[in-house]
Amino acid sequence: MSALTGHGGDFREAARAALGDAQLRRNMGAATDTIRARRADAVAEVPDWEELREAGRRIKSHTLEHLDEYLVAFEAAFQAAGGTVHWARDAAEANRIVVGLVSARGATRVVKVKSLTTDEIGLNDALLTAGVAAVETDLAELIVQLAGETSSHILVPAIHKNRTEIRDLFRVSLDLPDLSDDPPELAEAARLFLRRRFLDAEIGISGANFAVAETGSLCVVESEGNGRMCTTLPAVLISLVGIEKLVPAWSDLEVFLQILSRSATGERMSPYTTIWTGVADDGPREVHVVLLDNGRSATLADEVGRAALRCIRCSACLNVCPVYSRTGGHAYESVYPGPIGAILTPQLRADEGAATSLPWASSLCGACYEVCPVKIDIPEILVHLRAAIVERGPRADPEGLVMRLVGWGMAGRRRYEWGQRLTRLGLRPFTRRGVIRRLPGPLRGWTSSRDLQPPPDRAFRDWWEHRR
Amino acid sequence: MRISLFVTCLADTLFPQSAVATVRVLEGLGHEVVFPREQTCCGQMHHNAGHHREARRLAHRFVRVFADDEVIVAPSASCVAMVRRHYARLAESGDDADLAARSAAIAPRVMELSELLVDRLGTVDVGATYPHRVVYHPTCHSTRLLRVGAAPARLLAEVRGIAMVEMPRAAECCGFGGTFAIANPEVSSAMLDDKLAGLAGTRAEVCTALDGSCLMHIGGGLSRRQSGIRTTHLAEILASGPR
Repeated sequence: MSALTGHGGDFREAARAALGDAQLRRNMGAATDTIRARRADAVAEVPDWEELREAGRRIKSHTLEHLDEYLVAFEAAFQAAGGTVHWARDAAEANRIVVGLVSARGATRVVKVKSLTTDEIGLNDALLTAGVAAVETDLAELIVQLAGETSSHILVPAIHKNRTEIRDLFRVSLDLPDLSDDPPELAEAARLFLRRRFLDAEIGISGANFAVAETGSLCVVESEGNGRMCTTLPAVLISLVGIEKLVPAWSDLEVFLQILSRSATGERMSPYTTIWTGVADDGPREVHVVLLDNGRSATLADEVGRAALRCIRCSACLNVCPVYSRTGGHAYESVYPGPIGAILTPQLRADEGAATSLPWASSLCGACYEVCPVKIDIPEILVHLRAAIVERGPRADPEGLVMRLVGWGMAGRRRYEWGQRLTRLGLRPFTRRGVIRRLPGPLRGWTSSRDLQPPPDRAFRDWWEHRR
Repeated sequence: MRISLFVTCLADTLFPQSAVATVRVLEGLGHEVVFPREQTCCGQMHHNAGHHREARRLAHRFVRVFADDEVIVAPSASCVAMVRRHYARLAESGDDADLAARSAAIAPRVMELSELLVDRLGTVDVGATYPHRVVYHPTCHSTRLLRVGAAPARLLAEVRGIAMVEMPRAAECCGFGGTFAIANPEVSSAMLDDKLAGLAGTRAEVCTALDGSCLMHIGGGLSRRQSGIRTTHLAEILASGPR
């Protein structure tokens, strides 16, 4: 890999493939346009939107600063309500706990409500290995599961598919050869399939949007009601919750339920908001929560990067992102795609793999920060993570050498002016009829789709000298 | 007023006409323009690419070169945003109290041209004539980082003979993003394609903006597609016509 291109890395490769898929680009463009407009309308009708954002930011920052206390308070309240609390350091430990709970009850049929966190730890595979079939009940998650794919959007996991593709999938996997692509008919097919699974399920597994420390309550926000079925029908309910999902008090939900729904789906309120506190006569008789760290404590230790933990997974940043809306989510190779994924994934994953190219998957346009309901300055964190990766990288890599050389050249007037002359001379051999159409090495990336005007013979400073 | 020109390394080297126009507009309004020749680069490229040691070094140079200047103007929103918004963070991450103090002192005095004209000097009519069909591209850093607001639109509205047209999804990034255009050229080009399609639909003759770098990107795409649309910095429009 040559100088300056290295940081594109794995994301660049995956994005290239995605950009070549014309159907995917049409699906993504249409879907993100629609949600974008809906969100803008829903936000515009709230006169104190900026105050709500600030409140969301403040509550989350405060919670993260006192997370140790709030976690202990949540544990006590959850137990007092009749629940059992488990702590998981990482994905492997969380999977062991959940699989252990399921196996110990001899259960083989599990229903799940959309939970990114279970995807983060790969729970479905862990359950399958233990002989347990976990059925996703969120319609979009079900589509992705039946297709054997992974989610490409935090909130709309099947955003990359249109209804014709979904019809073709259901015809085969649900054995409905005459199905049409009429959305109500598609939804009805899924409903009939899922109803049986709900009634059969021995255990429900959920995530949570919020965990209230004061009361020990868990909250799931969704559109279909399938989440409510999951969290109320089975006799046993296990919830996997990242430790950053805490809010201090019941009254804090006032802020978050407003900003979440409007930012996420552009609705004033989501159709189903389910909150449960421990066991209940008309609900599960056994409730568990697994509190997951999996890189969150390490993220919390970074003074700049920790703001990423304020995220409430609304995905507004995905829908406005000019990169995400063209590549789709799979290019990010993480359950957390888009701008928030580009700052969350490299921090949560301790390994030095694909995630290191993600902070470069952005033009730093700032559209994400503008819509973030908890005011995460995503461009700032992207730059911060770039700096951390550069700092850790080898001193002798080509980009580092070029950047240091240019930095040195810019740090003195005479060197800088020599640099201007060298740039002019250096580009001359590539100039044909007043324009540069082809450059070598890493600069090929520029001329692959753009021309460059060669520098004029006189720099501004030369003009300035001569006009006197 | 005595105004110091912060030319920016890109304008100095690649598109000096935008800096020359900046000088002409300000002098035309009766102001004195000075050019501190020791200036080089604000360090934005190094900062955004994660090379903060080099960026800090260039930031130090900038705050020293311009330390005593009353008003500093640049024909680039993103370079102004670098000084006003990012120097403080660079100082903090480098635990650099000297840079923190110097950048805090200089930040309020560094302005982008349209901000200086409208917000500081209270001028919306600079006496320009530009009989062309023009589309304004609100660059990311001018709208979202610097928040220049209506200043450029107010200046353009007073230009004689001009016909302003709107492009769809105007506020969306053109795909430049500094080294992004080279680190992720495919995504960058896909963004540019959509921007150019929107531009073509306006049947404008000229695309203008506050950032020469974004115009270099858009202009490079227009040139490759042999489009009839050309790019011109806002300063050049404001410096046009008889005065």
